[in-house]
Amino acid sequence: MISYIARRLLQSLLILVGISVVTFALLYLLPADPARQIAGRSATAETVANIREQLGLNLPFYQQYLRYAAGLVQGDFGRSYLQKTEVSELIASRLPASLLLMAGAITCELLLGITMGLVAALRRGKPADHILMLVSFVGVSAPQFVVGIMILYVFAVTLGWFPIGGYGTFAHLVLPSLTLGILGAGWYARMMRSSMIDVLRQDFIRTAHSKGISGRAVIWRHALPNAILPVIAMIGIDIGLFMSGIVVVESVFGWPGIGQLAWQAIQRVDIPIIMGVTLVSALAIVIGNFIADMVTPFIDPRIKLR
Amino acid sequence: MTTDPTQPLLSVRNLVTQVATPAGARSVIRDLSFDLDRGKTLCIAGESGSGKSMTALSLMQLLPKPMARVASGQAIFKGRDLFSLGEEEMRAVRGREIGMIFQEPMTSLNPVLTVGRQLVEAITAHRPMGQAAALAEARRLLEQVQIPDPARRLGQYPHELSGGMRQRVMIAIALSQGPDILIADEPTTALDVTVQAQILSLIRMLQAEKGTSVIMITHDMGVVAEMADHVLVMKDGQAVEHGDTVPLFREPKAAYTRMLLDAVPKLGEMTGTDRPKRGRAETEAAGTAPVRQPILEVRDLTVRFDIRGGILQRPVARVHAVEGLSFDLYPGETLSLVGESGCGKSTTGKALMNLVPWTGSVRVAGRETQGLSRQAMKAVLRDVQMVFQDPYASLDPRYRVGDLVAEPLLIHGIASGSELKDRVEYLFRRVGLSPDQARRYPHEFSGGQRQRISIARALSLSPKIIIADESVSALDVSIQAQVLDLLQDIQNETGISYIFISHDMAVVEQISHRVAVMYMGQFVETGTRRQIFENPQHAYTQALLSAVPVPDPTRDRRAYDPSAREIRSPIRPLDFTPKPAAFQNVGGGHFVAR
Repeated sequence: MISYIARRLLQSLLILVGISVVTFALLYLLPADPARQIAGRSATAETVANIREQLGLNLPFYQQYLRYAAGLVQGDFGRSYLQKTEVSELIASRLPASLLLMAGAITCELLLGITMGLVAALRRGKPADHILMLVSFVGVSAPQFVVGIMILYVFAVTLGWFPIGGYGTFAHLVLPSLTLGILGAGWYARMMRSSMIDVLRQDFIRTAHSKGISGRAVIWRHALPNAILPVIAMIGIDIGLFMSGIVVVESVFGWPGIGQLAWQAIQRVDIPIIMGVTLVSALAIVIGNFIADMVTPFIDPRIKLR
Repeated sequence: MTTDPTQPLLSVRNLVTQVATPAGARSVIRDLSFDLDRGKTLCIAGESGSGKSMTALSLMQLLPKPMARVASGQAIFKGRDLFSLGEEEMRAVRGREIGMIFQEPMTSLNPVLTVGRQLVEAITAHRPMGQAAALAEARRLLEQVQIPDPARRLGQYPHELSGGMRQRVMIAIALSQGPDILIADEPTTALDVTVQAQILSLIRMLQAEKGTSVIMITHDMGVVAEMADHVLVMKDGQAVEHGDTVPLFREPKAAYTRMLLDAVPKLGEMTGTDRPKRGRAETEAAGTAPVRQPILEVRDLTVRFDIRGGILQRPVARVHAVEGLSFDLYPGETLSLVGESGCGKSTTGKALMNLVPWTGSVRVAGRETQGLSRQAMKAVLRDVQMVFQDPYASLDPRYRVGDLVAEPLLIHGIASGSELKDRVEYLFRRVGLSPDQARRYPHEFSGGQRQRISIARALSLSPKIIIADESVSALDVSIQAQVLDLLQDIQNETGISYIFISHDMAVVEQISHRVAVMYMGQFVETGTRRQIFENPQHAYTQALLSAVPVPDPTRDRRAYDPSAREIRSPIRPLDFTPKPAAFQNVGGGHFVAR
């Protein structure tokens, strides 16, 4: 168990190093010249050359990377050229909002997805099944900005149940979480349905019935815990999907998280922020997968960590 | 309850069970009637698709919904008709009045719940009881089914138990509520023969203690003879013959019953004959023809798998799957490797095909195969082909069967164009199929036909050796007999050699020239078929032979033997050095491990 955790941590670290190399290389190859950006349009060639020298932009690739990596280890993500602030501070101030949104979205997609999948499986082939699968299909395939604007229109503008945008209270959290969670809910509903149908066909379900226990006990005690296993394993991977969704959803709802930060940075080609957000996202995905792997042996006794 | 003890406990009358198909409802059980007497055992026997399992599920109202349903008929049990009960009333019958054991011990228990919880759930299904009392009862039940160390088992999960132990847990669950009827659907089919013998005698012992009536569903006439008071033979959803066991075996009335009994390979049937059932005089057993070159020479074949662990995934233990096997195979000869699951017989087959890493020496027609590259091995594989166990899983469902048979010829660049077509047609005819079936897909064929296709594919390269790994185990007895005949006819015609890997002693007796008995990766006894079957020397061989159910109801039924053990694990620490097997020649090439 302990050696398994140690090995997984080591792997995670290597993945992060790899990602930092790739993001750094991509931005190194980008035609945008950071020195020119910092100096501004009216700067002389001499000023630009000076800034280049200061930033170490004339050094070979590997030396630039090592400088960057040394900074990362100390929590230094570099400075935003345009906002003139430390990237780490920007991300730290935005991260709690994004994490809150993610937590809300995970809750939404698990509640919605598992319930929909369960009901669809138990009503297989009946109208309820068809309707739920249609809904999940829409959830999976509709672009998030469309879903977000529709939800905004219906629940905020027309019905007026929730605020249109902003941050601060629980009511503010509901619509963005729902929008972000609907995609995953669609996936989970489909997965849960097929996994449940699969489990209901298993021999041990027949054994449970043969004991004479109630149909509800068979489903709750025997079918559900087995059917939910593949869904749990997915949550880790899901955090990666969230990261791309967060950029869209935060912009639609004016949610002050790192997604919005990234969106603004991309528009202004603020490279240090883009790199910082990319790394934080990668970290989130790595942590998500790590947690999913750690949780599985507790729900599935057949899996032993070695 | 005032019921007349002479009345049958359960009377099934005119049962019709239907399955919904795209073409409308199809009756899988037609007009079936039978009685079950108090304290007696009724065996429902038949081949796959006969409707025997459907009968059991109909009685329990556990048919797969919504495809299958009981269309008409009655099952009178304690004055009620089971088929007229609603789900809630039926729930009170399940477990409490009729308990059931299923075929597959590996999948019949919930993998994420402990054995204890699953037992307690059955115990408390109709009897509210405190947790401590229920656990004590669960422990008592495990003791009753003779599970070693019952207290510890309660906290274990199903995957931590062997197949035999899981089936004991299933029996404990089925009997936990003291039912009047126990339905056992192929309870021992998935188990090794020595474990089967234990489970069967355990069921008999518990039945005698509690006076339970048993409905036992089986395809194995040996099991029928061992267990039944009455027999119901089914075919295509109908009763073919119904009667007392001894007369039914002695003078079967229906032609189908006779065919079924004739097709069963009977252990000891071949006593006194030197050759396999259909063997010709020329293909004598090895040793009689003095100057023949072996086609296959195996020396010191060893297969070990490392079990890895720790941060660096270094080996922490080792599975000694095959340990120092040496044998020769002569042209036109069948050598059988027999043993129970985990004894290394299939691994041996794979090592001969270079499918697993191994050490030692294997020479095929004089060519050493150790360390050969894939390319160099290809030439050897022309001479050695394999036929696998599961005819459903071993043919690619997306290929036409003709292409599957042609594929080896194409890979080896042996034939193409019209020559290829002729060859494939010849092979189809050779295995008893019509060449115009070549354009169909595997799912359009029955299990027996698919196994013929697998044999045709193996034969396509005209190999010198075919390794048949449990190739007839998944087939019904009548089909099994045909495929065994086919294999022997091909041998008589082409002089091909077989390595026949099987757990079934009776089949091995029919087809082999020589037999090697394996246990824990090593041979414990090798010799000619007669030496092994008529004069077994090693204790394990003797145990294996005596465990085989014999289709003769007049034989004494064996009492439960509490000393019988489970098969040991071949996992060893890294520094373990196995003791090389020392053999004693007891005469005429008959070797016994000491």
